[in-house]
Amino acid sequence: MDLSLSTRTVGDRTIVEVGGEIDVYTAPKLREQLVELVNDGSYHLVVDMEGVDFLDSTGLGVLVGGLKRVRAHEGSLRLVCNQERILKIFRITGLTKVFPIHGSVDEAVAATD
Amino acid sequence: MAIVELRFSALPEHVRTARLVAAAVARRAGVDEAVLDEVRLAVGEACSRAVGLHVLHGIESPVRVALIEEEKKFSIEVGDGTSAAATTDGPDASSPAPASSSDDEAEGDMGLAVISGLVDDVEVTADDNGGLIRMSWPVTPEPVLP
Repeated sequence: MDLSLSTRTVGDRTIVEVGGEIDVYTAPKLREQLVELVNDGSYHLVVDMEGVDFLDSTGLGVLVGGLKRVRAHEGSLRLVCNQERILKIFRITGLTKVFPIHGSVDEAVAATD
Repeated sequence: MAIVELRFSALPEHVRTARLVAAAVARRAGVDEAVLDEVRLAVGEACSRAVGLHVLHGIESPVRVALIEEEKKFSIEVGDGTSAAATTDGPDASSPAPASSSDDEAEGDMGLAVISGLVDDVEVTADDNGGLIRMSWPVTPEPVLP
């Protein structure tokens, strides 16, 4: 399965809905999307990963890169994820301490710190 | 012992194929369903890392994956061609790194971190043929019917 990406705006947040597999082949598309959003002035991103079937370290690298970019503009990058197999990858790499991870898009949009 | 071998050109789009094949063979070998996600992720990480190294060093040989079914364990070996490149091109430190290489190598390191976090039985070695990551999982013996 390929990667699907769609974006929408809720208040000052930009929701990036990601579906499919994020791996060494598809991660560059996600990177481009995040770079483009930041270049266009969207600094508060919520990446909704509920439709993601597979995530590897290349995908993690892209998310960390996105976080670096938004932070340079005092922005934020929040994740929405409830899938245990995806959360596990964040845990074993210690990235649960780096990314705010929320149970729903509404929760991520409402979060302020 | 039964073996399935896979060789693929170092292209990112083939890593998914390697994941699918590895998961299919692991399932057939009796690796627990709950562990198949780990197998899929670990082999993907090892293959992504190998592809990255081949691209970085301009190695044209294919990435090698061996899926080995033994009596009590299932092993995956992912081999790259790096040591051959290291002897012909010299160590990385001798030439200035391209701008993107620190990010790429950081991702490669993160790949290894994921593998060692996921897999209890993992070995990373290198010889004249290149680098090799060997990972093993226990297999559940088929229930013996009365």
